[in-house]
Amino acid sequence: MRKLVVLGASLLALGLGWDASAQSTIKIGVLMPLTGNAASAGNSSKIAVELGAEIVNNAHPELAPLPLAATAGLPGLGGAKIELVIADHQGNPSVGQSQTLRLITQEQVIAITGSYHSSVTLTTSATAERYGIPFVNGESVAANLTERGFKTFFRVTPLASDFAKNYMDFMADLGKAGHPVKTLALVFENTEYGTSVADTVRTYAKERGLNLVSDIAYSANTTDVSSQVLQLKDKKPDAVIFISYTSDAILYVKTMKALDYLPPVMIADNAGFSDHSFITSSASLAQGLMNRSAWSIGKPGSVTYKVNEMFKAKTGRDLDDPSGRAMQGFLVLAEALNRAGSTKPDAILKALSETNLGPDQVMMGYKGVKFDAKGQNTLAATYLIQMSGNKYVAVWPEKSAEKPIEWPYKGWK
Amino acid sequence: MVIVQVITGGLLLGAVYALFSSGLTLIWGMMNVVNFAHGDFVMIGMYVAFLIYTYLNGGPIEFVLASAVVLFVLGVWSYTGLVRHVMSGTLLSQMLATFGLALVLRYATFWIFSSNFRSLPEDLIGGTLNLGGILISMPKLVAGVVAIALTLGLHGLLTRTAIGSQLLAVSEDRNAAMLMGIRPDRMQALAWGLAGAGTGIAGALIATFYYISPSVGETLALVAFVVVALGGFGSVPGALIAGLLIGVIQELSAYLLGPVYKDVVVYALFVAVLWIRPQGLFGKF
Repeated sequence: MRKLVVLGASLLALGLGWDASAQSTIKIGVLMPLTGNAASAGNSSKIAVELGAEIVNNAHPELAPLPLAATAGLPGLGGAKIELVIADHQGNPSVGQSQTLRLITQEQVIAITGSYHSSVTLTTSATAERYGIPFVNGESVAANLTERGFKTFFRVTPLASDFAKNYMDFMADLGKAGHPVKTLALVFENTEYGTSVADTVRTYAKERGLNLVSDIAYSANTTDVSSQVLQLKDKKPDAVIFISYTSDAILYVKTMKALDYLPPVMIADNAGFSDHSFITSSASLAQGLMNRSAWSIGKPGSVTYKVNEMFKAKTGRDLDDPSGRAMQGFLVLAEALNRAGSTKPDAILKALSETNLGPDQVMMGYKGVKFDAKGQNTLAATYLIQMSGNKYVAVWPEKSAEKPIEWPYKGWK
Repeated sequence: MVIVQVITGGLLLGAVYALFSSGLTLIWGMMNVVNFAHGDFVMIGMYVAFLIYTYLNGGPIEFVLASAVVLFVLGVWSYTGLVRHVMSGTLLSQMLATFGLALVLRYATFWIFSSNFRSLPEDLIGGTLNLGGILISMPKLVAGVVAIALTLGLHGLLTRTAIGSQLLAVSEDRNAAMLMGIRPDRMQALAWGLAGAGTGIAGALIATFYYISPSVGETLALVAFVVVALGGFGSVPGALIAGLLIGVIQELSAYLLGPVYKDVVVYALFVAVLWIRPQGLFGKF
């Protein structure tokens, strides 16, 4: 027993005596909704981030173009390994806030990534900012997240205004192909994510002279969505854009079938409609559904293909876009951490602001990663996909299309 | 025309609300115990339907019956294994016990079935009925008919049969009932079993047109509590009428004012009714 105590004490002394940069493991906090209504998407993102950590911690020469893949651990920090500390925020901003506090003060993580919902990222990143802890977000798209003048917040994903612009360009292209879109309806969940995307879509629609005939806010954890669908059926817009989480996305396509409503063009803004649970449970009701994505599995042998195979080995299914973006967020953080060569917040923040990754160094379809003064990735990009059979395929813009666009929306027919 | 469709939708939704609330009102009325695990009972019923359909190829009749049996057993077990023991404790411990049960059921489901959303194929119970332009979803219509049948059945059982009299006797005065030769524990276990079976039927039917996930009970439970409180604590027909009322008000206000306001309207009316009639619309004090 005494020997054990001595051993423990000397190990402790050794640990304390070491320079921070020579620690064998580095703790990074991961905030995700692991229970609650978005649990399915949250768990999928968690597995993707864990896969990211696995790629960083072990040598994967086959994924070489991805930074840190070929080497084991972080060479810049003496080969230190990353240890993920995962916290569940249940989709609740206040739980997110207290979990962030716990990660920082008790778990003493040196950086944080997450938290899926924009509304939760709003509170969690504010807590991280107060403690000066770097926060890299891979998937929350509400525009105002990077408008708060934070010093510790970096966002890798494209944001709402990028998508809104894409949707408008896409509809303009449809017009050129002989399917003009003149009237538009917006259906959005009423937290940070939905309202923010809806705001930008509204602005762009006005700019392009589209007539917004229906503008419907709703609560994502609602028990029923028939009134929204009836509203749309009544107004007959040429295109509808849905901004929804998973449970409501499923309810929408089920209710549209029950009420026999098919808009000519149905666009889904990622999130719930990109959740693998939505695809497995409801793809047959949403044929021809347009969606956005920055993830493509790619050709056999490509890095993205291999990453997808690794994800598949863990889950039995393909990697989806939101989980991919979460994983990309983590990989960007790890790369900066390695370049910082230190676990001090200032050094990590400096490295993050100097991030400069090319298109080959990212797994998502971005042009690279480079942050502006607000912490937004200026090279983020996205394209549009369409539900065909039981999966989404890239259809727009034309140069990245795997298949021609199918028009109109077919739903369950 | 659209308004008629909105009201029809409200009635169908209300019937579904009534259906999953009847079990809750029975337990509340019989025992003065609030079963916080009620929403999760509905959730278990949905998973039973999903399992029977997916692995045993059972149709609606099979999985509704199976769900009723499983939930009857779960109900009886909840009473004999848990509620009976905490009945002698304070009100708080009674409430927390069923709340704990809710969490155990919910997170056990997360553990076993993962957080994935599931759903049953759309056309298990017919599709959509078109009555001169008014669309009626068949699964919801069936749910509504079953809700009415279940309500009448439970009401009849309580008011017309010897077992019903014994159940009511126990709920009114446990000691007096005991002196009359009624075994209160047995009666209360039966009440929990019946409530469970009703909830199982509800869950299985709802599964035919709703998504299935471990946290679905959370979303549904709040409505069930409002329905039961509005209808009158323990009044089975009250729950039916309250359910229909809430369904129609929700749909109308969502359509006329916008979906974000529907809950404001429903809960404002709910508070107003309770202010005027604290016992609920059909409750006896």
